[in-house]
Amino acid sequence: MVKDQEFLEKKASYCIGLAKKFGATASSVMVNNSVSETVNFRNKKLDESNRSDDLGISITTYIGKKKSSISSSNLLNDNLNILIEKSVETTKNTPEDEFNSLPDKDLLAKEVKDLSLYDDTHIGNDQKIDYLKKLESAASNDKKIINTESSFTQNKSNFILANTEGFCAGYKTSSFTASSVTVAKDEKSMERDYEYSSKCFFKDLDDAGELGKQAADQSIKKLSPKKIGSEKIAIIFDKRIAKGILSTFASAISSSAISRGTSFLKDKVNQKIFSDPINILDKPDILKGLGSRNFDGEGVKTDTLKLVEQGVLKHYLIDTYNGKKLNLKSNGRYGGTSNLYFENGNISFKDLLNSKSKSLYITETIGRGSNIVTGDYSVGATGFLVENGEFKYPINEITIAGNFKDMFQHITLANDLEFKYTNNSPTMMIEGMVVAGK
Amino acid sequence: MNNFFEKSDISRSEAENIVSDTLSKCDDGELYLENTKSETILLDDNKIKNSSYNSDLGFGFRAISDEIVAYSHSNEISKNSLRQSSENLKSTLKSVKGTYNHEILKSNKKYYDNINPIEQKSLNEKIKILNEVNNYLRSKDDNIKQVTANFLGEQKSIEIIRSGGESLTDVRPLIRFNVSVMLEKNGRKESGVYGVGGRQSYDFYLKDNNWKSVCDEALRIASVNLESKPAPAGEMKVVLGPGWPAILIHEAVGHGLEGDFNRKKISAFHDLMGQKVASEGVTIVDDGTIDNRRGSLTIDDEGTPTEKTVLIENGILKNFMQDRLNARLMKTRSTGSGRRENYRRIVLPRMRNTMMLSGNHTQDEMIKAVDKGIFAVSFGGGQVDITSGKFVFNCTEAYEIVNGKIGSPIKGATLIGDGPSSLKEVSMVGNDMMMDPGIGTCGKAGQSVPVGVAQPSILINKMTVGGTKL
Repeated sequence: MVKDQEFLEKKASYCIGLAKKFGATASSVMVNNSVSETVNFRNKKLDESNRSDDLGISITTYIGKKKSSISSSNLLNDNLNILIEKSVETTKNTPEDEFNSLPDKDLLAKEVKDLSLYDDTHIGNDQKIDYLKKLESAASNDKKIINTESSFTQNKSNFILANTEGFCAGYKTSSFTASSVTVAKDEKSMERDYEYSSKCFFKDLDDAGELGKQAADQSIKKLSPKKIGSEKIAIIFDKRIAKGILSTFASAISSSAISRGTSFLKDKVNQKIFSDPINILDKPDILKGLGSRNFDGEGVKTDTLKLVEQGVLKHYLIDTYNGKKLNLKSNGRYGGTSNLYFENGNISFKDLLNSKSKSLYITETIGRGSNIVTGDYSVGATGFLVENGEFKYPINEITIAGNFKDMFQHITLANDLEFKYTNNSPTMMIEGMVVAGK
Repeated sequence: MNNFFEKSDISRSEAENIVSDTLSKCDDGELYLENTKSETILLDDNKIKNSSYNSDLGFGFRAISDEIVAYSHSNEISKNSLRQSSENLKSTLKSVKGTYNHEILKSNKKYYDNINPIEQKSLNEKIKILNEVNNYLRSKDDNIKQVTANFLGEQKSIEIIRSGGESLTDVRPLIRFNVSVMLEKNGRKESGVYGVGGRQSYDFYLKDNNWKSVCDEALRIASVNLESKPAPAGEMKVVLGPGWPAILIHEAVGHGLEGDFNRKKISAFHDLMGQKVASEGVTIVDDGTIDNRRGSLTIDDEGTPTEKTVLIENGILKNFMQDRLNARLMKTRSTGSGRRENYRRIVLPRMRNTMMLSGNHTQDEMIKAVDKGIFAVSFGGGQVDITSGKFVFNCTEAYEIVNGKIGSPIKGATLIGDGPSSLKEVSMVGNDMMMDPGIGTCGKAGQSVPVGVAQPSILINKMTVGGTKL
């Protein structure tokens, strides 16, 4: 079972005490424990079972404006003594940085709300196996499917964050994740696709049969793809790809990229960076939300932020260090965003497909082709050609490219937002991008 | 050598007994113990931003029967914890019967020294060099707006205990030194990154002010990019420079030749053994035995000594890379390619140093043979879909080629190709084979491991370049 609050608190306060004893003027400690159990199936048979029990501690020690940190998976007091002594010693030898400090006391979270992030249900391996049997049977129904690999993971975690300002809080979280990867084959080609579902509560998980069928259908649809010519064409991003645009946006407005001057969105607060109707929210208090939290990795209270309002950038994502550097208060975004999403647009998915006589619907991208310094974007892509609202044929071995500065100004969103991942977007169309093919 | 049982309530012989008892009816498996010490020292924005130290200890216990793998890991090396893991494995494999394969190759060769690079250089010395890097670069070019430099050092000690008490050990040093710069000129920003590393001391890589050449290279790449114009879009001829651009081989054929994907018949290469998959003159090996290289290993993470595995010989597919599990199921032998990120993760067949060997053309001949195309010198990374065979890699320094001459630099772009066919488009192989600088990391199934690549210059007749200029 996952370790209880009392055990973690005891370790945290032991470390804080030791740091003080060795000469630290301030310190913060994170102790966490995570217990995961996974069962994997392949072609309707048991393939792997995996249990992991991870304990970890990370400690940051300060001497005035000097700072250093250590982390370890060995929580025996003997080892902690050695490490903390080493950390304080290293701190002494590290140059001062005027912006180093714990968060301001008045910004720390005062209460821990119950956000329904923990489900006590234990799904034993037999139950996992039942779920996977049902999933894999649905996934391998069509004879074009030649391989299925599916997985069920139950994770239970607990943590405590404590610092010398008197902050000491933490809570349990759980997740139940099922996934399926299928390979389909015909005379000309072999294609792979996937589907997954991840929830805080077991009862909210997608139906096994539905998930399997979805994974299979998506691979089959990709068979016998064609390569198209190079041209400028409207791109429609499936929701699972559109959410990636949010991740790039979040890295570009992180206070670290802004204070270092390495972002194409530096100095853009209060400027219009998206097309008119675009709103982007980061909402940490969604019940059962995959990214929900009470406070950030420094203990700072996390409130909802309307990051983009009618196309205008309103906030950066600020932590204590970079906030002090930029002369801004932390808004509780150490470690990034919580539940980040685009608000719905005002046309239906169907109308979006119909809005151009010809467009490209992208279901997968490969390669890390986002450059947040310049805003340049170029990735490999797989998808479908859409003509007059209809999916014509699968496409692969192409790239799509553009620059986020232009792409953001040409976004149209459908009204089909769902909360399936941590970052969520409705289906998205971007005009003016270049496809490279034949 | 690490004594994993020294501070534990369980003795070595008790642990050996639990291992032998748990694996008695299994085909394979082992207890893997690991102790990793690592450090990061980072200079950024004119300051030492981070000095951190990590100590990670734990075990992973694996039992295999036929195709089924049962795995359990924990941070606590204790009687209780080991017994609980044993129970987990037994309950997964309760109805199986196998015969343990005791056979494992032995070798006395070692490809790196038993050192701890972290302890070999004091923190003050490391901080001093990082500050020198910062001052050197900022005084060199007024357009420099940001300098980031870091040291990453690690010593990983492992022990593998097999059924019957056989023990195999290895101590692996690894370091990396990276520099990245950002330039700004007339409102335009571009960055350049370079680094060096491998399985030796920091000083080996930094001696004689060698850090200056790392800085110069990062600055050179950024300066080139500052003058770059939009990259072309579409199919064209591509000349790749030697060394680091061998990411192409890693993505185009490397992953597709890993044993697991081929046993499962989901790799685009699974039915191509013995067939022509590359042009004549193309020979590709995966070698874990080159002294002190980032991807080299004395033994792999199952205890098998590594080797130089010929993957493609003169265009013909010869071998896959195997760990013990996939080798047994495919009725062949392990190539010493079984690797894992750490004790938390299961073993998978992985690459080590993947290399295309030299041919007899010069880079000059290749450039002259291109009317319209690009010359790509430096890359940031890549990815492959092993089932469809489609792969990408991202250029970070490239030039256009017009009428046999190198022209203007072009912006970073993604190149996309098809693994089983792209190496058949190689029309010239250079005589200038070069290793990468020792900074590569490969990701598979969420696990990162250090790897190397090498190649001579090559000319590819047809690849799709993902630029914006039509």
